[in-house]
Amino acid sequence: MSQDTLFDKVWDLHKVSSLPGGSDQIFIGLHLIHEVTSPQAFGALKDKNLKVKFPDRTVATVDHIVPTDNQSRPFKDNLAEQMIETLENNCLEHKIRFFNIGSGNQGIVHVVAPELGLTQPGMTIACGDSHTSTHGAFGSIAFGIGTSQVRDVLATQTIAMNKLKVRQIWCENQLSNGVYAKDLVLHIINKLGVKAGVGFAYEFAGPAINALSMEERMTICNMSIEGGARCGYINPDEKTFSYIKNKLCAPKNKNWEKALTWWKSLKSDENSIYDDVIEIDASKIEPTVTWGITPGQSIGINQQIPLLDELSPNDKLVAEEAFEYMSFTPGQSIKDIPVDVCFIGSCTNGRISDLRIAAKVLKDKKVYKNVKAFVVPGSEKVANEAKQEGLDQIFKDSGFQWREPGCSMCLAMNSDKLIGNQVSASSSNRNFKGRQGSPSGRTLLMSPAMVAAAAINGKVSDVREFIN
Amino acid sequence: MKSELTPPIGKISNVHGQCISLIGNDIDTDRIIPARFLKCVNFDSLGESVFEDDRKTLKGRHPFDLEENKNASILIVNSNFGCGSSREHAPQALMRWGIKAIIGESFADIFYSNCIAIGIPCFTLPKKSLEKIQNHCDNKFLFLEIDLKNSMAKSKDLRFNLEIKESSRKMFLSGEWDATSTLLENKNLIENKFNDLPYLKFNSHLM
Repeated sequence: MSQDTLFDKVWDLHKVSSLPGGSDQIFIGLHLIHEVTSPQAFGALKDKNLKVKFPDRTVATVDHIVPTDNQSRPFKDNLAEQMIETLENNCLEHKIRFFNIGSGNQGIVHVVAPELGLTQPGMTIACGDSHTSTHGAFGSIAFGIGTSQVRDVLATQTIAMNKLKVRQIWCENQLSNGVYAKDLVLHIINKLGVKAGVGFAYEFAGPAINALSMEERMTICNMSIEGGARCGYINPDEKTFSYIKNKLCAPKNKNWEKALTWWKSLKSDENSIYDDVIEIDASKIEPTVTWGITPGQSIGINQQIPLLDELSPNDKLVAEEAFEYMSFTPGQSIKDIPVDVCFIGSCTNGRISDLRIAAKVLKDKKVYKNVKAFVVPGSEKVANEAKQEGLDQIFKDSGFQWREPGCSMCLAMNSDKLIGNQVSASSSNRNFKGRQGSPSGRTLLMSPAMVAAAAINGKVSDVREFIN
Repeated sequence: MKSELTPPIGKISNVHGQCISLIGNDIDTDRIIPARFLKCVNFDSLGESVFEDDRKTLKGRHPFDLEENKNASILIVNSNFGCGSSREHAPQALMRWGIKAIIGESFADIFYSNCIAIGIPCFTLPKKSLEKIQNHCDNKFLFLEIDLKNSMAKSKDLRFNLEIKESSRKMFLSGEWDATSTLLENKNLIENKFNDLPYLKFNSHLM
């Protein structure tokens, strides 16, 4: 059993009680909600005649269903309109802060909370969304919950949960040029598998992690769940503190000093005990692309899609399914596979630094003929910052469509969808069957820089040829 | 009319029913219920859309479309079932189709807690035992009687010791799997925690 890790410390700090069955009752310091997983939770509160216990500890935004072309109200899609209205009414009725479209602070919940300074070290953070693990980048313990647990957090500010084990993923050396956080996390998931993290929190550590910016760290923690780990985190450091400083909701003046003192005391002890430790050599990683239907099915850009015989018996079943669905051949190179759609955005890679990197690749280049390329900023703040830097113009000049913020084609709950069996080069997080809106659509996950390179060439390409 | 099933309440100590086998590892929640069906403000009509895209692809040959499975209530799956999105819509859709318990090699964490929270016990079995059940299901109807008290499943000619997290097993037997009221019992402890947490003091400007 782990001891003295950041996870242990934060868990113990938030433990309210041991429940009769053996799980723990954990206090949730920050609760984030959005339109998709909260309406039934508010409905259940009403049925049980309960109130929101600490309305100040819940913050709402709208992201999954928002259109990215025309956001004027009412939305063209009646169901989407009904969902945003329901959230508006619930927030109003229960006095919950809501960052709505046009507020300047709306966006994907996992982009918005960090950029507002709501996400802070040492907190427990829960949200009805599996990518809540993103917030672990700040040294918080953050995890996705279902709607019944959203109800529990609203009603009690606590949930019942079994304590997770802790696996440290030590990333030695440094990523090489043209290789990004996305490549690192895809590589980790490939090495460990998509279910290795079940029952675990992942602590990402080591020189390669220390060198990452906060936004890159968010990309890593974001995809913990794709490796099966409900929670992923990184010990906070000076980068963490300076990212939070002066953000809208960050502590100010005397409170800032108090916060800083406490945050600096928060990290895994040098001799803390882990349930497991894994080491990864970051310097050996190449730009990485998925070829299958799970985020674990990835290879380096210069590698071939594996032969069935090269895979472990456990991986064969889903590999066979992937070959059939993707219509790729075992042994085929991933490089040069033609793409139809290029998507830059999502809670994994829709932040300003992602847009900057992609724009740098795209500057003075054109999107390949017949490729549909679009960029969806992660939030209104990201969009505004990008516009100030002229990035929107670079994207538009290259042939990318510049859209309004939201989750968009990461999960295709709005009208941004693949058609038929189109192949998408996507900076998002899931390549599941049908994930991007077409039951036969095919998704290749990669870094935003790699999506930009694919857009220019109309096929999967090595971005290092553009930046070196 | 399965979509009008009443969700379970209270103690759950037995599940008895016909098995339905779904073969495949890493079956994610997008497949269980595609995202377009999440555009709803209640769960009521999700049952009919469970596995919608997989079912369309298989044109009537999907286990959830087979006539002989229409009354099944115990789902048999392989490893990492329910990975991906945290959408509770996935177990809700299964439940509203008629699933009352799931047995598999392993489950994704969030899916597992969602199942517990809505009263669907999830059990694990080693791969070999599962294959035995799945082969059995392929050939003829398999009815299982699951006993949570003893973590056992038995049919006329098969017998398995099921694994289930002890905390989950106890919650089903006591009826406390519907956690809200249990959590509310510690009202004072929650208030104390709220007053004690260091960061709520230096974030007082937000409250």
